[in-house]
Amino acid sequence: MLLITHLRPALVSMGLFTLLCGGLYPLATTGIVQGLFADKAKGSLIRDGQTVIGSRLIGQNFTQPGYLWGRLSATGPAPYNAGASSGSNYGVNNPALVTAAQGRIEALGVTGPVPVDLITASGSGLDPHISPAAAEIQVPRIASARGVTPEQVRAAIHAATEGRSFGILGEPRVNVLEVNLRLDGKIK
Amino acid sequence: MWLGITASAWVQLALYMCVLTALAVPLGGYMARVFSGERTVLTAIFGPVERLIHRLCGVNSVEEMTWKTYAVAVILFSLTGFVLLFGLLVGQGVLPLNPQHLPGLTPDLAFNTAVSFITNTNWQSYGGETTLSYFSQMVGLTVQNFVSAAVGMAVLVALIRGLTRHSTDRLGNFWTDLVRANLYILLPLSLIVAVALGGLGVIQTFDSYATARTLEGRDQVIALGPVASQEAIKMLGTNGGGFFNTNSAHPFENPTPFSNLIEMVSILLIPAALCFTFGKMVGDRRQGVAIFAAMTLVFVPFAAAAIGFEQAGNPHLVAAGADPTTAQAGGNMAPATAQAGGNMEGKETRFGIVNSAIWAAATTAASNGSVNAMHDSFTPLGGLVPMLLMKFGEVIYGGAGSGLYGMLVFVILTVFIAGLMVGRTPEYLGKKIGGYEIKMASIAVLLPCALVLGATALAVVTPLGKAGIFNPGAQGFSEVLYAFTSAANNNGSAFAGLSANTPFYNTLLALCMLFGRFFVLLPVLAIAGSLAAKKAVPVSAGTLPTHTPLFVAILIGVILLIGVLTYAPALALGPVIEHLNMIKG
Repeated sequence: MLLITHLRPALVSMGLFTLLCGGLYPLATTGIVQGLFADKAKGSLIRDGQTVIGSRLIGQNFTQPGYLWGRLSATGPAPYNAGASSGSNYGVNNPALVTAAQGRIEALGVTGPVPVDLITASGSGLDPHISPAAAEIQVPRIASARGVTPEQVRAAIHAATEGRSFGILGEPRVNVLEVNLRLDGKIK
Repeated sequence: MWLGITASAWVQLALYMCVLTALAVPLGGYMARVFSGERTVLTAIFGPVERLIHRLCGVNSVEEMTWKTYAVAVILFSLTGFVLLFGLLVGQGVLPLNPQHLPGLTPDLAFNTAVSFITNTNWQSYGGETTLSYFSQMVGLTVQNFVSAAVGMAVLVALIRGLTRHSTDRLGNFWTDLVRANLYILLPLSLIVAVALGGLGVIQTFDSYATARTLEGRDQVIALGPVASQEAIKMLGTNGGGFFNTNSAHPFENPTPFSNLIEMVSILLIPAALCFTFGKMVGDRRQGVAIFAAMTLVFVPFAAAAIGFEQAGNPHLVAAGADPTTAQAGGNMAPATAQAGGNMEGKETRFGIVNSAIWAAATTAASNGSVNAMHDSFTPLGGLVPMLLMKFGEVIYGGAGSGLYGMLVFVILTVFIAGLMVGRTPEYLGKKIGGYEIKMASIAVLLPCALVLGATALAVVTPLGKAGIFNPGAQGFSEVLYAFTSAANNNGSAFAGLSANTPFYNTLLALCMLFGRFFVLLPVLAIAGSLAAKKAVPVSAGTLPTHTPLFVAILIGVILLIGVLTYAPALALGPVIEHLNMIKG
């Protein structure tokens, strides 16, 4: 008897909450967010003419010497797969962690300690940023590959660098894709 | 630097706690008015909606329930949610809003996910963007994010009524409490947070996944979806189930350090505010402040410890050629030498060490379970922090409602232990604590512990359990221990290397989530019923005051003692061995 009395409110209220929280609420949010921030709501996509060439918030895989390189990415089957985000989940003692770091240092071809964010994988596998120190260490390679002065490369990096938010929150960071778009002359 | 932690880290931690407290106090007062049925600013809007829902449900909202009726209503409601969500997930392939044509989930994965969301755990055996359609996320998961949090809050309110009333068997009406929690608290807060996050770059769209032509000429598929609406309630309802596989590490869920602050505040906001709701409803604000103080005094040192361990970094990477020193820049300067340093594996550049470590502590102190960095890649002792915070039973702020009712169970144990020490009958808020309450409290505290240790033992001695382990050595054991700790305490975060999407793990973890939720919730309702029936006893010279620093210290001692004593051997086999292996080089 007790069960039957309370079955109706259980069923009906679940249906009503589904309408309210699963229908009206997300649709209202969509209306407001798309109305106020249309570009951000749809993924902060960057276009070259009609072609989508990336998102300001999503990193891309860069391997050519003339581009600034980002974090390592552990997404499968290829790095920076924004259809299947993933971290490496390597523990500190996993030999694969050191192998990946050594492979990156070799590819960078630099001597001396490398900023740690440049030889480790990000949590999402899609990190759009690296630290200013990790960008600076790549300046000579990019400059020589492109035949430009290091100062020109630094200017592109500087234009794509943010400090801490409000001077307090987070970390200083360089948007890798933005630097490369500037180096390619696609944004000025 | 102080205690190996940079000045910037201390500033960010202090700012976080200040913002949290400043918002929790007024929200706590507001929630007390909501649950007491008083008029609020939103009554004009939601009052008619509330009455309409009750009429359609055939509920007389002023008719109060005994604890057993309240429990039956909770179980029937949760069961309905389970059946609905299981059906939606299995049938995903034929349902709308599925632009990627994702197939229905396997029965074991659907079972695990449905249990995970009705128990407010949000363990992710699924992979978000690769597994679930927009419809499943929005109509399935988002709804349970709301109502599972509301159930926790309702049960807490019933317990508070048990403490404040006397000589009655009535604890309020579950349907009324449930509807109020959703309408007046969770929905408006979520809308505010969702719009704020949308302004910072969190996406909200029904477009199918985009394909970008990258600068190096490859195609990059970019998963999209209605994220902001789900993100807001995911944080506020202590749910934690990400829209994407990598949760709040994904730039579309958490794009900037400011969005990160909003999300971190949202994790602890309702559980912290409920302390003040409690103080107001029991008519003695000091009682709420004392509990908030106990939670904060545990949380802050644990968060600081996590920052310190992660900033110290991984010696193996240094040997391989990493520069792990943190180069600090003042204010919003970004000189070419700036870097976070430390152990950056699995962490995002924009959050660095500090915001990843604070998040890890907050998400496990609360039973949220979202992540903005991969806990499996934390240093062993940095990863011990979130594990231990969960092992305390999710009472350091804890889940929405469930955190404080779990904490009140510890308070009852503490007045009992303190009473034994001085030879007085234990009392709390004018109620004598008897054998029945202590038995129920013991079930609520010990059952999750037994689930964690029993299930971990089973998994590490069976081939099916061992098959899921990813990292070699002690870290592999930690992955299993973390998984069952997370499930049985309804947290939902993971050492995500573990391959948990197998029938073995899906089933065993789901059972841990179910028992971990309902064998705390039901004893709590039993305690509420028993206390409500008692007469109030006047305060005497022999009454132990429960708002003093002394009581706060004993309470913290009891929580730490039970947690650490229960789990010390298991933790020695996992994080401690892994740490020793790391420093031996």
